Amino acid sequence: MISFSAVSKRFPGGKDALRGLTFAVEDGELLFITGHSGAGKSTLLKLIAAIERPSSGSILVNGQNVGALKPAAIPYLRRNLGLVFQDQKLLYDRSVYDNVMLPLAFSDHSPREAARRARAALDKVGLLQRERANPIQLSGGEQQRLAIARAVVNRPSILLADEPTANLDIDSAGQILDIFVAFNRVGVSVLLATHDLALVERYGTRVLRLAEGRQLDEGGSA
Amino acid sequence: MRAWLRQHRLALAAAARKWLAQRGAALLNALALGVALALPAGGYVVLEGLQSLSTRSAIDPQLSVFMRTDAKPEAARQLAARLRGDGRVHRVRLITREDALAALRGTSGLADVVAALGSNPLPDTLVVTVAAGSDGALDQLADELGKAPGVAAAQADALWARRLAAIERVGRLALALVAAILAVGLVAIAFNTIRLQILTQRDEIEVSKLIGATDSFIQRPFLYLGLLQGLSGVMIALALVWAGLALMNTEIAGLARTYGSDFHLPFFSTAEAIALALLAGGLGWAGAYMSVSKYLREIEPK
Repeated sequence: MISFSAVSKRFPGGKDALRGLTFAVEDGELLFITGHSGAGKSTLLKLIAAIERPSSGSILVNGQNVGALKPAAIPYLRRNLGLVFQDQKLLYDRSVYDNVMLPLAFSDHSPREAARRARAALDKVGLLQRERANPIQLSGGEQQRLAIARAVVNRPSILLADEPTANLDIDSAGQILDIFVAFNRVGVSVLLATHDLALVERYGTRVLRLAEGRQLDEGGSA
Repeated sequence: MRAWLRQHRLALAAAARKWLAQRGAALLNALALGVALALPAGGYVVLEGLQSLSTRSAIDPQLSVFMRTDAKPEAARQLAARLRGDGRVHRVRLITREDALAALRGTSGLADVVAALGSNPLPDTLVVTVAAGSDGALDQLADELGKAPGVAAAQADALWARRLAAIERVGRLALALVAAILAVGLVAIAFNTIRLQILTQRDEIEVSKLIGATDSFIQRPFLYLGLLQGLSGVMIALALVWAGLALMNTEIAGLARTYGSDFHLPFFSTAEAIALALLAGGLGWAGAYMSVSKYLREIEPK
């Protein structure tokens, strides 16, 4: 479960990215976070992953107060989160398979189990046949699917996606969202930030709307 | 424990891959480290060799008192008796001219030369071991004995060995200073190489932090890379020292033969070579640790 209580974030220089945000996400829930550019969507996701720290308020992720975590504890928090970014953050000096293997390098799995998990993750996003390719050889949609495979390979309980469909055509964007919905159906909590309201409306699920760091309203998109 | 060992094995393999991936630069680095290490390492083996030479020689303060060849045998015996009563003298040994000639005859290759001599040219000799004291006291006694009746010359035998030992002590101190300076250099080279590695792998480090890698997990391959650098430097240093000793020993052997000695400068023992490797590997590791401690903190996901 994720819980925000009166969370604000002010960056050095005085810009308020988030102001008094209060909401909760239950286990296994799918939440879309929408808003224009600069609304605070990315900051919200970064706060959950402890990439940024809140200026005030508290954030609980699976019972842990993220804002009070010591730096040494942050990696263990992130291992329970799957992070997908608009720019994918793939490594182009290694194969598709090796990109997915990266999070498994510091897990306790045996080499055989790690390889099995990596191939299973690639299979789920339809990239098993491209495992030997370099990410640079993939299309934008395939690169985003590879980023999702890397995010889910350690079977996190929460998936955070920041504008994962931003640079994709409508068909590819739909495929990517379908993958997130599929993971949500098997119990993974998904928080997906997007500015594409038309795409969100297709799923009829809960939406958190932000504008200039404030929470506008909350409700279904249908 | 198995997972921990596996992670170390993987980190070492990753470091070896990085090292091999840039063979040219890695080789030049190893060469720079090797040359830097070869200087104190070579100095060490030379000084160890010189120390064995000086300890093999008599360090006890000794005088050789040569009687005139025309002096009567009683003169040497009387002088020996007088010296045994001298508080400054620890021991006196008389080598008669007949004993000296017999010893010379027994020396390999000289029997024919001795046989060709018409008469015994060697003098009676007193070998005087002086009680512990300063070099000044030794010189003073040598002066006195040089003026004694029937004495041709008195010579302080051990002085050269004591001077050699003193020079060796100075050399050892100079070597320690050079080694300390070069150790700092080695750490600096490892620090800078790892800094460059960190900068070129910035993306990988950022992604690793995002997906939950701990700092120690990210640091490990860089630390092993520092270790490999140090070890590669030692390999080159040992090769350089070995080659240098081989060249020097060829010349030293010829010189030593003229003194009837088999003296040579020995190479490192296995224990010494391992100690040197551990030291250099440790310094490489330390340089890498300083570098990752400083620069990994600066790379955070955005």
